[in-house]
Amino acid sequence: MRIIKLKKDNLFPFLEIISEEADLWAPVKKGDKHAFTIIDDLSKIELETTRTIIPPKKIFTPPTFSMFSISDKGYKEDFSHITKKILFGIHPCDIHGLLTLDSFFKQAYLDPYYLEARKNTLILGLSCWPDEYCFAKSTHTHVIEEGFDLFFTDLKDFFLVWIGSSQGDDLIRLKPELFDEGLKDQDIQTYINWQAERDNAYKWNIKFIALPDLMELKYRDPLWEKLGDACLACGSCSNVCPTCNCYNIMDKQFLGGKDGKIIRHWDACTLEEYSEVAGGENFRKKRSDRLKLWYTHKLQAYISKYGKPSCVGCGRCIATCPVDINVRTVGQALLGEKPDAFWARFNKEVTK
Amino acid sequence: MNGENKQLTISNPFLPEPARIVRTYYLTEDVKFFQVRVVDMDKALSFKYCPGQFAMISVVGAGEAPFSISSTPSRPGLLEFCIRKVGGVTNALFRMKENDLIGIRGPYGNGFPVERMRDKDILIVVGGLGTAPLRSVLLYCLDNRDQFRRVSLLHGAKRPSEMIFREEFFALKEREDLECHLAVDGDDTGTWTENIGVVTTLFPKLKEIDPSSTYALVCGPPVMYKFVIKEFVKLNIPKDQILMTLERRMKCGVGKCGHCAIDYIYTCLDGPVFTYWDVIHMRELI
Repeated sequence: MRIIKLKKDNLFPFLEIISEEADLWAPVKKGDKHAFTIIDDLSKIELETTRTIIPPKKIFTPPTFSMFSISDKGYKEDFSHITKKILFGIHPCDIHGLLTLDSFFKQAYLDPYYLEARKNTLILGLSCWPDEYCFAKSTHTHVIEEGFDLFFTDLKDFFLVWIGSSQGDDLIRLKPELFDEGLKDQDIQTYINWQAERDNAYKWNIKFIALPDLMELKYRDPLWEKLGDACLACGSCSNVCPTCNCYNIMDKQFLGGKDGKIIRHWDACTLEEYSEVAGGENFRKKRSDRLKLWYTHKLQAYISKYGKPSCVGCGRCIATCPVDINVRTVGQALLGEKPDAFWARFNKEVTK
Repeated sequence: MNGENKQLTISNPFLPEPARIVRTYYLTEDVKFFQVRVVDMDKALSFKYCPGQFAMISVVGAGEAPFSISSTPSRPGLLEFCIRKVGGVTNALFRMKENDLIGIRGPYGNGFPVERMRDKDILIVVGGLGTAPLRSVLLYCLDNRDQFRRVSLLHGAKRPSEMIFREEFFALKEREDLECHLAVDGDDTGTWTENIGVVTTLFPKLKEIDPSSTYALVCGPPVMYKFVIKEFVKLNIPKDQILMTLERRMKCGVGKCGHCAIDYIYTCLDGPVFTYWDVIHMRELI
């Protein structure tokens, strides 16, 4: 893969040029956090961010969108939410999240809505620096070799730019003079040093390879009841997870009853009505059963099926869950690494 | 950025096909029979399915839901469903009349392994609305009678008035190439001439079976599986020849929406037909 150099000062001129080609999306500040949004003012783009609140899946499978419009003529496919986009500032773990979604939405039946949105969006990745929640090194998703059109590694004074696709190359060719083809030995050494330093910045890890067996062995462990009692069943973990993709479909009719839309919106397996069938039978009435499904899927099923967990180590569930149920705490509990103090807190919540 | 063409190049698996209700009538107080034909004649004939598969049926404004196909692929062109009124979509379906349009897509799911069942004895045990998917495989066996050895049916309903396809099954009783036993849990009419008791009480009436070459199929209310499977196991039928079809919530039918997930499988892709071995080695099935 070709790697070129971009001076720091040349980034925004480059973004300005490419923003004329398609809608530019990038992380901006939202409160004390960050969010991907459409950019109308380049100065709002944040380069040194950790995870955004919602992962970029929201662009490819939006929280709610219309699949069909209905009229007396029947169903009409609705792709109006799909526009040409350039997504800048997406971190390696989130690109891995998209690759996981790709394999899911392509298996058995192709999902035209997801795949059309993917086809119409260019991915411009950006390197990141781990904070206390990140554990992408445990899932080996802290580095990325595919799944982007361009990838920018931020080395303080300049960027190294990986050109991952022909369309990425087209973007460079819009103003090639901004880039520098010749890399000096010193630039390469800077990159090697940066990589080593970043590797060391991951402060903790989870032994994922042990988890499928432990999910099986501890399926009836009381830890699930404790977690189930504490779980608020709010669905936040699913909303913020880069690989959670469950959705519901409903009909929405307009006044008059003739016209309407078929709406697809995010759903979460931790919500009570998720597994309920007509007539009221619910296959997962208990919160602990629903948590088990969530974690079976992330930590066991994907590893058995695809050889890797569907967790990309982004740390969003850790940053988001109000009661501290997340891949870190559950993983550590399964591995028997959780201190008694942790369980004491859950026990207290149960007795309250 | 090249390529302004926003036209879809792949077909949309979520797009329902218009279908017309050819015939509909009440089977019991809350179960209705629907005979449906896909409007596009080519598509109607190319709707190739296997007994045990299901289809997604939609009513504009009410939504979409999965239903077992009750007809047999040996009689192509028309699709049949028996549907209980339990929710939004079924309520809307019950209001529809013959000639009305609905949406249909499918067929989905794995269906019964009819190839493997060839030249074997077939034992079918149904309870209540469990008749819906198993009627398909029963009629398939009878239409291809020479491809199967013994075919037996044990049928249970709560009351005579809740027995669906009553005339059809009583007529089957007259056939000599089918062993058919019918039962109701209780008879409130005083007119029931067949057995009284739950469906498992019919097992002693079965002629002796050859377990290693028997495929045993069961479908019924969730509570029934445990007891019927116990009988199958008592008869020494191998675990991977005990087949059941299960119900789960489904919103897409194509392995995407996630609602029917169990462990690492999706009921809509890898089910709804499972073996007893699947039940033992996977959690949450029954």
